[in-house]
Amino acid sequence: MDLHNFLYGVYPYIALSVFLLGSWLRFDREQYTWKSDSSQLLSKANMRLGSNLFHVGIIAIFFGHAVGLLTPHSWFQALGVSDMAHQMVAIVAGSIFGVMCLVGGAILWVRRMLNQRVSAVSRASDKFILTWLLITLMIGLSTIPVSIGHANHGNPAVMIALAEWAQSIVYLRPDPSLLSGVDTIFKVHLFFGMTVFLVFPFTRLVHVWSAPFGYIARPYQIVRSKRFR
Amino acid sequence: MKVRAQFAFVFNLDKCIGCHTCSVTCKNVWTNRKGVEYAWFNNVESKPGVGYPKQWENQEVWKGGWELKNGKLELKSGSRTSKLLNIFANPDMPEIDDYYEPFTYNYAHLQNAPLSEATPTARPISQITGESMEKIKWGPNWEDDLAGEYHKRSKDKNMDNIQKEMYGQFENTFHMYLPRICNHCLNASCVAACPSGSIYKREEDGIVLVDQDKCRGWRMCVSSCPYKKVFYNWESGKAEKCIGCYPRVESGMPTVCSESCVGRIRYNGIMLYDADRIEELASMENEQDLYEAQCKIFLDPNDPEVIAAARAEGINEDWLDAARKSPIWKMAMDWKIAFPMHPEFRTLPMVWYVPPLSPVQSQIDQGNLPVGPDGAIPVSGTMRLPIEYLANLLTAGKTAPIESALNRLIAMRSYQRSVHVEGVADTRALDAAGITEDQAKEMYRYLAIANYEDRFVIPTGHTEETLDDAFGFQGQNGFSFGNDSSHGVSKITLFPRRRKETVEPKELAPSSDNS
Repeated sequence: MDLHNFLYGVYPYIALSVFLLGSWLRFDREQYTWKSDSSQLLSKANMRLGSNLFHVGIIAIFFGHAVGLLTPHSWFQALGVSDMAHQMVAIVAGSIFGVMCLVGGAILWVRRMLNQRVSAVSRASDKFILTWLLITLMIGLSTIPVSIGHANHGNPAVMIALAEWAQSIVYLRPDPSLLSGVDTIFKVHLFFGMTVFLVFPFTRLVHVWSAPFGYIARPYQIVRSKRFR
Repeated sequence: MKVRAQFAFVFNLDKCIGCHTCSVTCKNVWTNRKGVEYAWFNNVESKPGVGYPKQWENQEVWKGGWELKNGKLELKSGSRTSKLLNIFANPDMPEIDDYYEPFTYNYAHLQNAPLSEATPTARPISQITGESMEKIKWGPNWEDDLAGEYHKRSKDKNMDNIQKEMYGQFENTFHMYLPRICNHCLNASCVAACPSGSIYKREEDGIVLVDQDKCRGWRMCVSSCPYKKVFYNWESGKAEKCIGCYPRVESGMPTVCSESCVGRIRYNGIMLYDADRIEELASMENEQDLYEAQCKIFLDPNDPEVIAAARAEGINEDWLDAARKSPIWKMAMDWKIAFPMHPEFRTLPMVWYVPPLSPVQSQIDQGNLPVGPDGAIPVSGTMRLPIEYLANLLTAGKTAPIESALNRLIAMRSYQRSVHVEGVADTRALDAAGITEDQAKEMYRYLAIANYEDRFVIPTGHTEETLDDAFGFQGQNGFSFGNDSSHGVSKITLFPRRRKETVEPKELAPSSDNS
């Protein structure tokens, strides 16, 4: 098996397995470490700008990827979304939220590395994951000019190939050959992105699982009883 | 009526000497760990002063507690939706410098320094960064005994509507101590603000706790507590707060801060209250009605109807008995000399305070101040502490209840003086203050003598009702962080469940008198 087949046929499954099993294990056995790990107490300056830009950007990017890559091609056609329209939405939305995320992430990165207090209490994994996410993001942003180039030639083939590949992984019939005609920059971005899933359970990223939507419907006061009923 | 029992406190400020023994014992037991060096579950502030953290009482800054929005109770920091929208960066979050940067000193240098002309000094070191600090700018008790400049201290929120300039003059200055812990509120805003639902009130004794496993560090509780008594542990990333020393209280012992109080100012006891009326009574239109409203939520433990309802809720007889002997009931409800701190925050706090007397004895001795009919005991309007200041602290600015309480404290003294100095009981002051001779005698016993068994009336927790096999549980786990006492939380676990307890026969042996 060559490297291409390993990276785009096997590695996705390693990453997803570690992501799911690792998260489950940590949730099961290490609740006390399951947290957002905020450092806002130690430095508040620029947190509202940086953190909000970063989080809103990255959440939009995540769902953009999920919808854009995993929706079957036939559904888009049934909805009347042409391939070129799909590609333009991806380019525009990706640019807007990508830049938001990049600006916010840069503010957070500078704070994490240079603020004496925040840097001192940061674990190695905190600094690593923020840096890794920003590199992944920058590679992702640098695919946009390539996509625009394809769009200018009215050619959605690369985008469709990427979506077909992502779906081949999800439907457990991996086909790395779908990526053979895709520009290298996309493949590098894929590797970085899959690695985020691989390291996810070992970093502060686990707080993503615990987004507290249940709060909206909850009564304000909580009383717990120790008596067994 | 839904009867619940609350473990409650009264602090008698009249006798607090500001020795900080409570703070030190508490710190040594609960917060001597990394990440909470800066956190004081118990602290003692010198008032007037901005306190710890700075300006904690000013909710225009921190947005703690509740407010009425269109007649409806809502968190001052905003609705549930706004909490979630602000979750990435809490706009009302205090910063470590609002408390103080925790520090230690480089003591080893005193021994390691080379021989020199000058004495070596131990320089301060930040406990966060480990780097040496140029200058310590603030500490846990920076304003101790009126330290610092008056114009900074007088930013104290309780000085609102008071002529600050006058009290800045040396001869008019005043001072009191304010020991503070978590108020274990009936309408706790930290509980309400927690997006993960990790903070809860215990049904049995009302102690408010943070579930350390469930806390995700969203830090909304830190800003929403108007007393700033929930702290963010920057090492563990979890919220921590005063736990009411529940392991001690469950065994019938007072909290560490109460037990160690050398001035005997702290009282621990049970109050029964009507949980169905929390929202109604916390929603009074006028802030100044909130103190009286909170008194209405308490249920008389001698009322047969209350007793029946309490039994129906599963409250045990020894708890009802404790409620009848509660020193808290006596001071808050019987004698009306204790008050909740800042009732205007609408959290219905359960640490109440007896306001301090502050006679200006030298002026009394010179005959410059009026005294009562006994010719020796001063009257309430001539105290050093402005009544408005105490009222801003304890009754949302309503002076009448404070004045009445001070008059009762004075009348009790006047009566005791007549008994012990004149040899004849003079009840004129008691009549004027509206208390009976028996009440005055009891007040004297509780406030002046303050016997251990009068101060602490604490029924034990009923473990037999909470564990199906208490004997088997014995010796299984200690108190720890981390997962060594955790059984995991998922319904379907990757691992076999741990066997929880050693096997003991469940069948009980017949008791000896059961023949």
